[in-house]
Amino acid sequence: MLLIRCPYCAAERPELEFTYGGEAHIVRPQNPSSTTDDEWRDFLYIRSNARGIHYERWRHMHGCGRFFNAVRDTVTDKFVMTYKAGLPRPDQAELEAARS
Amino acid sequence: MHTHHPLVGRALAGPHARVNMRPVEDCARFILRIDPQNLAAASTIWGGNLPPTTGGLVSASGRIATCIGPDEWYLIAPLAEQDAIESAFGELYATTIHSLVDVGHREVGITVEGPEAVLALQATIAFDIAAMPVGSGCRTIIDKAQIILLRQGPDSFRIEVWHSFADHVWNLLAGICREIELGV
Repeated sequence: MLLIRCPYCAAERPELEFTYGGEAHIVRPQNPSSTTDDEWRDFLYIRSNARGIHYERWRHMHGCGRFFNAVRDTVTDKFVMTYKAGLPRPDQAELEAARS
Repeated sequence: MHTHHPLVGRALAGPHARVNMRPVEDCARFILRIDPQNLAAASTIWGGNLPPTTGGLVSASGRIATCIGPDEWYLIAPLAEQDAIESAFGELYATTIHSLVDVGHREVGITVEGPEAVLALQATIAFDIAAMPVGSGCRTIIDKAQIILLRQGPDSFRIEVWHSFADHVWNLLAGICREIELGV
């Protein structure tokens, strides 16, 4: 079973307590009424489907209840790091630091 | 509201038992949601410190408060104090936005104590129970049923589980305790 570090609880918790929330950092339309159909399609359905490093949302459903973001390698299924919702994407240096 | 207790009369305990399990008597239970910045106001009303960090547990004079999320507290108090707590927090609504919900009818308490309590819980909870700090609490999963687990002492745990799952959790742990007794 995967152990996922919840940034709010600051603890490693079993995967059972979490639910997956899809890709992270999808920006909502600032002005929905002027958004074109193609932009809506991209916002709602088009995802990066990355092979390798993937930024995604998780929710600590059966714990503190919070959504947070995680960086996971989709090839190895290993979590590189997790960080609180609302924070910017960690840059390459931070990912390297988290790996080591 | 408190007439039906699914575990009443049950106990797995003995002077030489390595794990003792007992249902906890009915008590008042609340979920408090409040902005952490206003925690001091809530602590004053509560009449004791509310732990500021997730996982924290404060236990004093029959009352238990544990922080199970960044803005969520689980409060346990004797039944006799329920009305006083509710009306005190009711007055706080005038000045501070918060939510105090009575969940006493929903939850059942089980204490798990004894030198093998960690082993018994570890058999069915997926995170490292031994590493859980004494004096902490968290929400977690026990065999697919959501519980709130409190560690009150090195060998003393308390489970708070929904009524409808209580029988299942009890029987599951009773089976595990039996295995421990038999040395399986």
